[in-house]
Amino acid sequence: MIAENKNTNLSEKATIDAVWAILKTINDPEIPVLSIVDLGIIRGVEIVQSENESPLIKVTITPTYSGCPAMDVISIQVKMALLASGYTHSIIQQALSPAWTTDWITENGKQQLKAYGIAPPVGKSFDNVYLEDLSIECPQCNSANTSLVSAFGSTACKALFKCNDCKEPFDYFKCH
Amino acid sequence: MKMLNKIDYLLHLADNALIIGHRCSEWCGHGPILEQDIAVSNIALDYIGQARNLYQYAAELINSKNDPFVGFVLPSTEDSLAYLRDTTDYKNHLLLELPNGDWAVTTLRLFLFSSYQYFLFNELIKNEDSQLSAIAEKSLKEVTYHVRWSGDWVIRLGDGTDESKNKIEKAIDYLWPYTGELFSGNDQSIELNWNKKVEVLFNEATLKMPTKTWMQEGGLRGIHTEHLGFILAEMQHLQRAYPNSEW
Repeated sequence: MIAENKNTNLSEKATIDAVWAILKTINDPEIPVLSIVDLGIIRGVEIVQSENESPLIKVTITPTYSGCPAMDVISIQVKMALLASGYTHSIIQQALSPAWTTDWITENGKQQLKAYGIAPPVGKSFDNVYLEDLSIECPQCNSANTSLVSAFGSTACKALFKCNDCKEPFDYFKCH
Repeated sequence: MKMLNKIDYLLHLADNALIIGHRCSEWCGHGPILEQDIAVSNIALDYIGQARNLYQYAAELINSKNDPFVGFVLPSTEDSLAYLRDTTDYKNHLLLELPNGDWAVTTLRLFLFSSYQYFLFNELIKNEDSQLSAIAEKSLKEVTYHVRWSGDWVIRLGDGTDESKNKIEKAIDYLWPYTGELFSGNDQSIELNWNKKVEVLFNEATLKMPTKTWMQEGGLRGIHTEHLGFILAEMQHLQRAYPNSEW
């Protein structure tokens, strides 16, 4: 659909909207239920040059953690998805500042995390509350009677908790 | 840091992150329990991420000089800077290249270093160089977790059994002479804040602050302990044996 539209002189705004729609279909490789848009790592979409037949599109992404090994995969996925929709010219750029924060995960994203079994971040990133002092709801049974096992979980962005009621261990997406 | 130019200063920060990251990564698969193994491996990943950001920026500056006598492989990349420089080119602090020793040495070193980084990055966020300030801003969030995690261990070991206390006291004696170097060239407030932070935590851990002692130094000038050569031999082996190989 987008490939057809390309030749009909879409306004830049429409192209940017179309690119956002494509980005919404790409999921984070580590949390495959969450789109990279809901995760809040898309910093911006720009059309750098629109004179050519195919516009040059710049997508700026930001890492959740400095050493996030998923960044390279995500860059490739974005490039491939754009290519598949007929956008042959794109640059994927990384930006570090302002640093990504869990505040940028959308409400929709938080619900998807929970449905997947990962407790979504509680509070705002600069609340300055320590993990031990937080009451995290178990994503399985919704009990607030949970405790921290380790500040570092299966990936850098998560901590490991356990539920004292249903006894299930679970990942908590750290407020960051 | 007044005594280093910008490229050297970036390399110094990057080398620090890479070498401590490498030491932390040595625990992968060897941690005392699974959760702590994962924690220390995650911390390694954070550091290697920091190192990549810093090396990439240093490479960009080196290449933009357009000077064939700049003293680095051209064009420089994050990989050439990490894998094709020798021990005397490395500018990391000596503290970070010391062997991991036992869990007490590992966690205490991480506490001493990440607390230093915490105060340093709080300064660097204000740096006029926007890229350096962005890297500091990103890293600071991670460092805050490292300080918490390692500090908790120092308290647990210090205020634990006779054996754990004995081990952490030995670790203090071993590591302390390498802490002086952290502050050379830095604003004095960093050392003051760091001292305060360490003292408060040591108190909680029922540990004594060491008395003033002679301090080791040399890392910034490329003068290292014998341990760095072994790290580089292992880390650089593939790139040296098969030049330009890629994953």
